[in-house]
Amino acid sequence: MGDGAVTIDLGNQLSESLNGKVLAMYQWLQQHPFKGQKDIITAYSSLTILYDPYFIKMHHQPANTVFEWVQERINTAYHQSGPGISGTPVKHRIPVHYGGENGADLAALAMEKQLTPGEVISIHTGKLYRVYMIGFLPGFSYMAEVDERIALPRKEKPVPVVAGSVGIAGSQTGIYPFNSPGGWNIIGRTAVPMFNAQAQNPVLLKAGDEVEFYDVNG
Amino acid sequence: MSLSIIKPGLLDTIQDMGRYGYSSWGINPGGVMDGYAARVANMLVGNDPGEAVMEIHFPGAHLLFEQNALISITGADFTPTLNEDEPVSTWRPIVVRRNTLLHFPKWQSGSRCYLAVHGGFCVPRWLNSYSTNLKAGAGGFHGRKLEKGDELPFKENSIYFAGLLKEAREYQPLNWRVDTGHTYQLPHEILFTIGNEWTQLTHSSQRDMLENNFIIHPFSDRMGYQLRGAPLKRQHTTELVSTGVSFGTIQLLPDGQLILLMADHQTTGGYPRIGHVISSQLPKLAQLRPSDSIQFNMVDMPTAEELLFSQEHELNIIQRACYDHLNQLVC
Repeated sequence: MGDGAVTIDLGNQLSESLNGKVLAMYQWLQQHPFKGQKDIITAYSSLTILYDPYFIKMHHQPANTVFEWVQERINTAYHQSGPGISGTPVKHRIPVHYGGENGADLAALAMEKQLTPGEVISIHTGKLYRVYMIGFLPGFSYMAEVDERIALPRKEKPVPVVAGSVGIAGSQTGIYPFNSPGGWNIIGRTAVPMFNAQAQNPVLLKAGDEVEFYDVNG
Repeated sequence: MSLSIIKPGLLDTIQDMGRYGYSSWGINPGGVMDGYAARVANMLVGNDPGEAVMEIHFPGAHLLFEQNALISITGADFTPTLNEDEPVSTWRPIVVRRNTLLHFPKWQSGSRCYLAVHGGFCVPRWLNSYSTNLKAGAGGFHGRKLEKGDELPFKENSIYFAGLLKEAREYQPLNWRVDTGHTYQLPHEILFTIGNEWTQLTHSSQRDMLENNFIIHPFSDRMGYQLRGAPLKRQHTTELVSTGVSFGTIQLLPDGQLILLMADHQTTGGYPRIGHVISSQLPKLAQLRPSDSIQFNMVDMPTAEELLFSQEHELNIIQRACYDHLNQLVC
């Protein structure tokens, strides 16, 4: 990924086991960082290390390119880490105001999927979702897998979306941490903040966490 | 208070070399667009190269120094001018007397310039960095661009340097400047290494990438440069799940156009990664503007790294020279 980052791609797919492995590698690299390691991005089924090539060159004096040296470190992380992160996942219960002005796309999604809005809500709240990754915005969660009865592709064109909006895009569900343009189908809104700059822990949801939604009016 | 904004510019923000360690929370590193200019600005005034600087776009702010300061301006040339009509050089340290106004009346070249003050600007650190995250509204100066009336304290006094001001003169340039050498030469030729999805391009699109010119579209900013050129095609249009991206990543959009991710890029993206601009080219890239054209040339990883190491080595020499000059003055 250019001369300042390396990506290991475990496969272009949404898979709990691949994601588990990515997070296990992330955990391992955080516990065994190398000097010159700047940051790590975890995604669905890939992990990217951002590094300082000049520092690594001076400090570690690799035999070949720094890129190859970092690739070796990723390979080590792959082999030394287990299949998933150790410890029990953090569980969150997120209260949602579904429909009305809080969920502008709920009615359309229901109609498209030949369900009532109440059935959509029931299906959305009836499952425990895994947070696969945080990306796109600080604290924006990508959770899966949404029941296929309510899975709907994202909209063609993004529209303004308010902070706290809960959306569906394909088999993913997520929560917008800020007002932002968005293409996900918005079915509700939560008052729980996803991001707080002042907090010790500014981002509420992390990759590997589990989330259950519940209907505030239910 | 040390520096106040008399009139705000288009986009002036406090930045440093970026906020690293939080990408997996979606908190993008951000930081300066032109890391070479920003670090040299700091070196010229005796700061740590990673100290907070003001990144200024054109039209730039009107700034009032409320105390004496040792400053430098690097990067783009917006004709930095003190008081009514006294232009000063870029890439050179300057001692400025209190109650002096700095403004930028005329664009000459480049896209963003950097103002460093001795000691650095006093803004709180957020997650280990002074950079402004505009999306999150955090970091830098209250998480936003600088507005009229904003006041920025300095962390230190430039008392030693004030002694260099001659009587009745508002400023004194010091007698050395930095020659930027190769860094900004051949501004329209941008070197890249191939990305994960390069091989998914048709052969004729790969040729087009290397032979055609791409124009930077007006809707280009700190997040990314939208490029316009002959559309490129993949052999198969499989959807990709989101993966990590970085500053310099070249993505292929569904309409066949390219987008070049810059300093404020998001941490992840789902578009094919065709290539990555190499690190040593990023300062030059950061100084291009809408309607500038780009010609991409491919290099391999050993070449990319060698070019970066040369540039870093050069920066080390510049740093030592600047510190030596300043130490001689102070002693």
